[in-house]
Amino acid sequence: MNRCAVIMFVRLPRVPSTRCAKCLLILMLAFARPSPADERVWAPLAKDGLRDPSGPAVRILQQPADALLPLSPDNAGNQVRWVHALKEGQINPRASLRKPLVSEKYDKDVLLNLNGGMPVVRFPHSIHNEWLDCSNCHDHLFKKQRGASKISMFLILQGEQCGVCHGAVAFPLTECARCHSVKRADALAELEREEAAKAAAPTPAPPPAPTNERPSAPRKEGKGK
Amino acid sequence: MTERRRPLVLIVAAILLELSVIFAAPPVFAEYADVVLNRMAEAAGMRPVVFPHWFHRIRFRCKVCHAELGFKMRAGANQIKMTDIIDGRFCGACHDGETAWSVENCDLCHSGKAGLPPGIFGGHETLGPGRW
Ligand code: HEC
Ligand code: HEC
Ligand code: HEC
Ligand code: HEC
Ligand code: HEC
Ligand code: HEC
Repeated sequence: MNRCAVIMFVRLPRVPSTRCAKCLLILMLAFARPSPADERVWAPLAKDGLRDPSGPAVRILQQPADALLPLSPDNAGNQVRWVHALKEGQINPRASLRKPLVSEKYDKDVLLNLNGGMPVVRFPHSIHNEWLDCSNCHDHLFKKQRGASKISMFLILQGEQCGVCHGAVAFPLTECARCHSVKRADALAELEREEAAKAAAPTPAPPPAPTNERPSAPRKEGKGK
Repeated sequence: MTERRRPLVLIVAAILLELSVIFAAPPVFAEYADVVLNRMAEAAGMRPVVFPHWFHRIRFRCKVCHAELGFKMRAGANQIKMTDIIDGRFCGACHDGETAWSVENCDLCHSGKAGLPPGIFGGHETLGPGRW
C-alpha cells in the first residue's frame, strides 16, 4: 500500500499517458506477490507420495503449509529458516521431556577447511547447541579438538559427519555458502587475533583457590578452555 | 530427405526421454525429513509408519528425541516394537495421552502407503544422504 501511495506522488514527465501509466503500475504492484515468501508451496499430505491417500490420516493430520507458512522463509529443505524461526521466537520447542540434560554451555565457532579451494567453513557451536546435545556429535562424529577429525566433503555428501544431519533433517547440502561462509584471509586474521589474545592474557587462569576437590580428578569432558 | 528429418527424430527422442524420466519413478513430494519406519509394521499387517520431523521439531529440540529418549540418528536403526511404545518408550514417551494423543490412534502413525521402504524422504533440493 505504501508503495502505491509513493508512486502517486512521484512526478513523471508531463505526457498525456502519465496518469494511465501510474495507475497501471499501481495495479501491477497491488496484485504482485508482496514477497518471495509467498511463493513457497508444500505438497498436500494426500499427494506427498508417502501417505496412503485412501487412509483416514490425510484428513486429520496437519498440512505442512499450515504450520510452515508463518515461519521464517528459506529456499531449501523445509523452506523454513529454522535458525531464524527459533531466534525470533516464532517457535519455542521444548529442550527436555522429563529430566533436563545437563551439559555445559559451549559457544565457540570452529573454523574448518583452512587449506582448501572453497571458502573457509564456520561451524557455529552456538546454533547447534540450541538444538542438540554435545553427545549427538562428540566424540563419535567429531573429536573435541579443532583439526583433529578428518572432515571431508566427500564423506559429508555420503551422509557422514556434517552430512548425518545436513541433507537429511537440517538444511541441505545444496546451500554451500551457508557452511563455506568465510573468506580465507578473514579466517586467518581471526585465528591470528585469537592467538594474540591468548598470548597477551596472563597464563591460563590456574584452577581457583583450592577447595576440597582432589586436584587429580579427571577433567569433565569439554570443560577445557 | 532422411538428412532433413533427423532433427525431428532427435527432438521426438528427447521428448520421449524426458517423459520416461518423469514417469519412470513414482514422484515423491514428501516434506523434507519425513521418515518412513517399516521394519515390521507392514509384515504385521499395518500400514508403514510415517514420522514427520517438521511437525515435531516445532515442538521439541532434536536432543529430546536423539539424546534424552535415545532415538539413533539413522533411519531404520531403531528397532521399535509396538509393546515398547505402549510401555512408554520411543514414540510412547510422548504418545501416552498426556504429552500427545495416545497409542489408540493407530492410523495417525500407521499412515503410509503399502510397500514403502524404511528411510528418509524429502522433496526439496535433496533426497537425503541416500543411505540408511
Ligand atoms: C554442512 C556444511 C557444508 C555444506 C552445506 C557444504 N560443505 Fe563443503 N565442506 C564442509 C566441510 C566441513 C569441509 C571440510 C573442511 C576441512 O577440510 O576441514 C568441506 C570441504 C569441501 C571441499 C574440499 C576442500 C576445498 O575447499 O577444496 C570442497 C571442494 C567443498 N567442500 C565444496 C562444497 C560445495 C561445492 C558445496 C555445495 C554443493 C559444499 N561444499 C557444501 C562443509 C560443508
Ligand atoms: C553438531 C555437532 C556438534 C555439537 C552438537 C557439538 N560440537 Fe563441539 N565440535 C564439533 C565440530 C565439528 C568440532 C571441530 C572438530 C575438528 O575440527 O576436528 C568441534 C570442536 C569442539 C571443541 C574443540 C574446539 C577447538 O577450538 O579446538 C570443543 C571443546 C567442543 N567441540 C566442545 C563441545 C561441547 C562442550 C558441546 C556441547 C555443549 C559440543 N562441542 C557440541 C561439532 C559439534
Ligand atoms: C547432529 C546434527 C548436525 C550435525 C552433525 C551438523 N549440523 Fe549443522 N545444523 C544442525 C541443525 C539442526 C541446524 C539448525 C538449522 C537447520 O535445521 O536447518 C544446523 C545449522 C547449521 C548452520 C547454520 C545455518 C543457518 O541457517 O544459519 C551451519 C553453518 C551449520 N549447521 C554447519 C554445520 C557444519 C559445517 C557441520 C559439520 C562440521 C554441521 N553443521 C554438522 C544439525 C547438525
Ligand atoms: C505414536 C505412533 C504409533 C501409534 C499411535 C501406533 N503405532 Fe504401531 N508402530 C509404530 C512404530 C514407530 C512402529 C515400528 C515400525 C517398524 O519399524 O516397522 C510400529 C509397529 C507396529 C507393529 C509391528 C511391530 C510389532 O510390534 O508387532 C504393529 C503390529 C503395530 N505397530 C500395530 C499398531 C496398532 C494396532 C496400533 C493402534 C492400537 C498402533 N500400532 C499404534 C508407531 C505407532
Ligand atoms: C519427536 C522425536 C524427534 C525429534 C524432535 C527429532 N527427531 Fe530425528 N528422528 C526421529 C525418528 C523417530 C527418526 C527415525 C529413526 C528410525 O528410522 O529408526 C529420526 C531420524 C533422524 C535422522 C536419521 C536420518 C537418516 O537419513 O538416516 C537424523 C539425521 C535426524 N533424525 C536428525 C534430527 C535433527 C537434526 C533433529 C532436530 C532438528 C531431529 N532429528 C529431531 C525422531 C526425532
Ligand atoms: C518428544 C515427544 C514425542 C515423541 C517422542 C513422538 N511424538 Fe509424535 N507428537 C508429539 C506431539 C506433542 C504431537 C502433537 C499432539 C497434539 O497435537 O495433540 C505429536 C503428533 C504426532 C503426529 C500427528 C502430526 C499431525 O499432523 O497432527 C504423528 C503422525 C506423530 N506424532 C507420530 C510420531 C511417531 C511415529 C513417533 C515415534 C517414531 C512420535 N510421533 C514420537 C510428540 C512426540
